Amino acid sequence: MEGSGLHISLAAEKLGTLWGLPITNTILTAWVVSILLIIASYLIGKNPQLIPTKVQVAFEWLFETVFNFVEESLGTHSMAKRFFPLIATIFLFVLTANLFDFLPIVGSIGLWHGSELTPLFRPVNSDLNMTLALAIIAYLTIEITGIATLGFLKYGSKFVILDQGIIGFLVGLLELVSNTSRLISFSFRLFGNIFAGEVLLAVLLLFVPYVVPVPILAFETFVAFIQAAIFALLTLIFVQLAIAPPHKAEAEGH
Amino acid sequence: MDPVVAKTLGMALVVGLGVIGPGVGLGLIFSKALEAIGRNPEASGKIQTTMFVGVAFTEALAIFALVIGFIIKFT
Repeated sequence: MEGSGLHISLAAEKLGTLWGLPITNTILTAWVVSILLIIASYLIGKNPQLIPTKVQVAFEWLFETVFNFVEESLGTHSMAKRFFPLIATIFLFVLTANLFDFLPIVGSIGLWHGSELTPLFRPVNSDLNMTLALAIIAYLTIEITGIATLGFLKYGSKFVILDQGIIGFLVGLLELVSNTSRLISFSFRLFGNIFAGEVLLAVLLLFVPYVVPVPILAFETFVAFIQAAIFALLTLIFVQLAIAPPHKAEAEGH
Repeated sequence: MDPVVAKTLGMALVVGLGVIGPGVGLGLIFSKALEAIGRNPEASGKIQTTMFVGVAFTEALAIFALVIGFIIKFT
């Protein structure tokens, strides 16, 4: 694809440096998304009335639905209160970051170097660094929650199973590997979906710029929602699995 | 073989072979979910949620293949 005029780069393009750290266009976009979210949350939560307005009712309903779901998954109200902010923040950040990609300024406005354009904004999650950061946050939360709830030895006994023979030991080892591979699966799932969507749109816009990209854009919006929901949901489910006490005796079906 | 040709071929093979498994898997997930909803329409909310989780996992495998394809082609 070298000569076709299509410039797809796997790595995010660097725009400059700040105190020695490279600033890429994805970081810039992430900052814009964060500022948007902060402003929105400030405006929405500014004046809660005792007799709520319609907008407030809508947000309260949304909040309660998600909170009840989290509470149902985790069991107790206090656990739900502890984890709801993280789950909801992950969901909102990933959703806003994904939906931000459909604005016209993303990918088109930039700095020219000769005949090559370095875009000023780039979809946040099309950079593996960003998704890896989110995955590390989720992974550390899951592991530390498990250790904090069950205690280090009990949590460790889920992975080092010494009293069920060689099969038990191997199952524990498999569990350990599976837990660690969540880092990769979280980051690559989100990165792959968003990056592949971006590449697909770029190729389509090169060959058939009229009408045909529209259903693909609709599908990409759907993917944006689903991936945000999946990331948050999976974090929630894995936390729920981590705080579950270890099984005894019977082999557990997964 | 020219490196560019090898890269293109590699990418095509990776993606082509890599999505066979997840494709079959996704079909199985959906068929079982539809079957379950048909048997028990009341539980369709729970079934749908679990179905989407299953879809995310299986699709992730297909995405891994795609990402490797991109890496082969573009670096």
